[in-house]
Amino acid sequence: MSDVLIRAKNLSVGFQIGGGLFNKQVLKAVDNVSLDIEKGSFFGLVGESGSGKTTLGRALLKAAPITAGGAHYSDGEVDYDLENITKEQLKDYRKRAQLIFQDPYAALSPRMTVRDIIAEPLEVMKLTKSREETDARVREIAAKCRLNLEHLRRFPHAFSGGQRQRISIARALVSAPKFIVADESVAALDVSIQADVLNLLKQIQAEMGLTFLFISHDLSVVAHTCDHVAVMYLGRLVETAPTRKLFEAPRHPYTKALFSAIPSLDPDDRGSAQKLTGEIPSPTNQPSGCKFHTRCPFAIDHCKRVEPTLETVGSGHDVSCHRWKELMETEAA
Amino acid sequence: MTALIEVENLTLKFRTDEGLITAVDNVSFSLNKGEVMGLVGESGSGKSVTAKALMHLNAKNAVYTPESKITLHTDTGSVDVLSLKTPKDLNIVRGGAVSMIFQEPMASFAPAITIGKQMVEQLQLHGDYSKQQAKNISVEMLDRVGISDAAKRFDQYAFELSGGMRQRAMIAMALSTQPQLLIADEPTTALDVTIQAQVIDLMKDLVDEFHMGIVFITHDLGVVAQTADKVNVMYLGRLIEEGPVREVIRNPKHPYTQGLLAALPKLDDIDAPLTPVPGDIPSPLERPSGCVFHTRCAQVVGDVCKRAIPVNHAIDDSHSVACHIYDEVPA
Repeated sequence: MSDVLIRAKNLSVGFQIGGGLFNKQVLKAVDNVSLDIEKGSFFGLVGESGSGKTTLGRALLKAAPITAGGAHYSDGEVDYDLENITKEQLKDYRKRAQLIFQDPYAALSPRMTVRDIIAEPLEVMKLTKSREETDARVREIAAKCRLNLEHLRRFPHAFSGGQRQRISIARALVSAPKFIVADESVAALDVSIQADVLNLLKQIQAEMGLTFLFISHDLSVVAHTCDHVAVMYLGRLVETAPTRKLFEAPRHPYTKALFSAIPSLDPDDRGSAQKLTGEIPSPTNQPSGCKFHTRCPFAIDHCKRVEPTLETVGSGHDVSCHRWKELMETEAA
Repeated sequence: MTALIEVENLTLKFRTDEGLITAVDNVSFSLNKGEVMGLVGESGSGKSVTAKALMHLNAKNAVYTPESKITLHTDTGSVDVLSLKTPKDLNIVRGGAVSMIFQEPMASFAPAITIGKQMVEQLQLHGDYSKQQAKNISVEMLDRVGISDAAKRFDQYAFELSGGMRQRAMIAMALSTQPQLLIADEPTTALDVTIQAQVIDLMKDLVDEFHMGIVFITHDLGVVAQTADKVNVMYLGRLIEEGPVREVIRNPKHPYTQGLLAALPKLDDIDAPLTPVPGDIPSPLERPSGCVFHTRCAQVVGDVCKRAIPVNHAIDDSHSVACHIYDEVPA
């Protein structure tokens, strides 16, 4: 179980903004992130919008430029260095790593039948030899995603959000990938349907032995689906831990704040939580020291000057905060 | 407590190429001053259409049945909302006594006009203010909703503000005319949880301060639990359960409400399996007969669910449910 499928090491993704010769600025969307995604795991990535979670997901798919550091993919059959991947290798990597998008309304072409949508990756990547083979493969995957033959003949507009998301999932799965990035894949769905899609993803993962990077802003969804969670803030990894540990004993003030911001279902438990003030700073104008110090209720002078590094709290649990030990002791007292 | 708005037998259909589509089916409720009502349901349940009906704001192809009646009781008298015709008459429910906050704050501001200009425009439309007065009120309101440097923001465009900031500006604009009823359509759905928490707090403060009634539309039961006094649950255009927030959340009676609560991932028990409500909400073109929920209901009691529309059963004074399970309870 401890096989690592994806290993990112000091990975950074930057985008150049500003057109001029002299006022070029680099926006660091992902900054020095290291993480291991184990084979067969459901790895959660959480953070507010602007935290860099989508960009990190894309970098691991080799769909965003890696500007520093690197990432490795190794599934036992092949071994790719994503930074220096060759064209041939990249073609193969596209089969092995797939993406499920957030908005099932925007992700499906309205002019293609569901069959054609699901078959497209097979045709583009030339994975099947005949139309019969393609059809058989499409039907097999469609059945896994609970779509029937009747559905395959129709166009996406005839489907509800949950069904559309199942179509997107089928398309991602059809090339038999090993690694899937699910970017906010249930955020656009109603709760009653969301549970259904989450259960489907879990079931498929178990059946096909897939590894998921599950990007979400919703901590309660992550808690229920992921084995391991990484929390991002302004392009940095601030805390990473096995799900249970993170939810039982979060150590970073940002993680704690994210938890307490979740609206409680108990009508008598109103406003008891400690809330974050302010908003996530612009990535072009990042704070010095610890990026979170502008919103952190525990920030001291040291936090403004020195950037914290990831420290180990327990097995698999790392946190990037100068004061985590101190805060843990005060909490215990 | 006096009723602020009363909705009686509201039935609303849309004329389309495929025939008349029922969006809201015989919905009645009332809301008092200073009360927050959560209107809950999944997409397609008719919650937004119901809210828009309160402002007589639905598209031209909307058809209201003659029995439908919406009465707004303002400080200056009662208004029969659905009988309003001319834009001048409609002003009272469109920004006058009733204001609305939309889900997508980026889409609800004009992109090429400054925030301030838009705020001044609507203030002058609804009140007898000079430009300077309107500006002062606007800046004060921006400040009140927690926008720092309000005077500077006043001259900025919507794209220069972050999502949370825009939603605050939207709230400031909606409240600057001092409405008695505020309709908030998924006001926090597009926001991050941390910002959502801030906006919820802000809205709670504003209710206390301005003592207005709020219709809070959301699909998030957690948000409802945090904001509402009472809850109306809608499914395919029907009101299927209503009651005080504590009652509905702790003691849900309708199988659909129970299903919604069970489908919610809970943080206190992360190992509990997620139970979806089976199936999808049917298309409004193919409304199921009898109880509209019977196609997805796990607790169908018999043929009656397919045949008869369930009537409202009172569980107690304030909690009622429309479901055949409770048929032995006197209606």
